[in-house]
This record gives sequence, C-alpha cells and structure tokens, in this order.
Amino acid sequence: MSQMSKIVRTISNIIFPFVMIFGLYVIAHGHLTPGGGFQGGAVAASGCALLIVAYGSTWIFDRIKVSKLSTFESIGALGFIGVAFLGLILGGVFFKNFLVGSNIIFGNIPQTLSTNSDFNTAGALPLMNFAVGVKVIAGLFVIVLIMAYASCTKEWKK
Amino acid sequence: MSIRTIVAAVMFSILAMFFVFTAFMLSFGVPKATQMDDYIIMHTQNETGSNSGVTSVVFDYRGFDTLGEATILFAAVSGVIMIFRRLKK
Repeated sequence: MSQMSKIVRTISNIIFPFVMIFGLYVIAHGHLTPGGGFQGGAVAASGCALLIVAYGSTWIFDRIKVSKLSTFESIGALGFIGVAFLGLILGGVFFKNFLVGSNIIFGNIPQTLSTNSDFNTAGALPLMNFAVGVKVIAGLFVIVLIMAYASCTKEWKK
Repeated sequence: MSIRTIVAAVMFSILAMFFVFTAFMLSFGVPKATQMDDYIIMHTQNETGSNSGVTSVVFDYRGFDTLGEATILFAAVSGVIMIFRRLKK
C-alpha cells in the first residue's frame, strides 16, 4: 500500500505522540488504575498501526528491521520469566512477590481498602507490567507490519 | 490388542478418575461463590501492595495464567515470522 494523502499523514503525525503517551501511561500505572501491560501495549501498538496505515507498509518496512522488533519481544518475555525466577531465588516460590515490604523500590504497602494512589507500591508487579508491555508492543507491531507488507507486495506471489 | 489401545485406555481411565474425584470431592454449593472475592478484596492491598485488585490477581495470584498468555503471544509472533520468512531481505 502506498502513502496516503498529506492531510492524513499530518493528522497522524499530530495524533501519534498522544496515543503512545497514553499507552505508556496505562502500562506504567498498571498497579494503580484499570489496565496493565497487555492493554497499554495494545494501545501503543495500535498507534504504530496508525503509522502503517498513513505512511504505507513498504515505507515502514524499509526503515525498521523486523529482527530488532523480534529481539525486543524476546527481551520482554525473558524479563517476565526473569522476574518470576527472581521470586523463586529470593522468596522461595515461583512468582513470589519478593519486593513487597522491602525498602529498595516499589516497596510501600497501602492501607487496606484505601483509595490513595502511591506510585511506589506493589512490589514486583510494575516490573512485570513493563516487561509484558514491551513484549506486547513489539509482538503486535511485528504481526501487523508483516501481514500488511505481505498483502501488498508482489514478491510473495511467485 | 495393540499398545496404542492400551495407552488410550489408561489415559481415558485417568481422565475419568479426575472427573469422578472432582464430582465427589465437595458437595454442591461449597465453597460459596463470594468467598474468593471477599478474600481478595480484603487481603490484596496487604499481601501484594497493589491498589488495583485486577492487576494483583492477574500478575500475582494467577501468575501462571499470565505466563501462558505470554507464551501464546510469543508462539503467534514466531508463527507469523516463520510463515512470511521469504519476505526477508
């Protein structure tokens, strides 16, 4: 698919940063507000899909290497399993929330049934949210990009 | 009788055993449907430190479920890249 008109490209240039910021906000505040790694990653990946629609998949495919996005996806998966194994090593149980109650980072414990939001809570949950967010952004972007490129190119048909 | 039939019979009997045990392990309506909800609402902020109960269930209490979802996404990306591998330059 070729590029769309200049109006569409300009509007998508304006909208794209806000979509990415909203997606990263949903990822980062996953332990305080509704949402989390999967949902915020889907929002950010839909912002990347907006670029594919506006600029054409061949334009994006020439500038971004699929192998690098695949590397990001593997980094997210390894980070998620790594946090789980840190729970096994430090806490004794797989998926143990080893950071809660500690003084290092994300260690505070809120009052039961309180609604005051403190970002520095929830132990290992924000780390897992970040890992899953990176994984979902890269994974969905790879799927959309490769399928959009394969549906419009000629070299796939021979 | 082939060895395949014997293996299938053993597997089916193990599966039937699971169903029978789960059918007679607890009487109907025990535990109550709200018991788990009340436990999570009252204990999630003390045990996991998270204000969002849904995130604490997804990433802490049911961590293996999220691991399975992540594996599914990884398998999907691997499959797409493998199917369209001739597009690589």
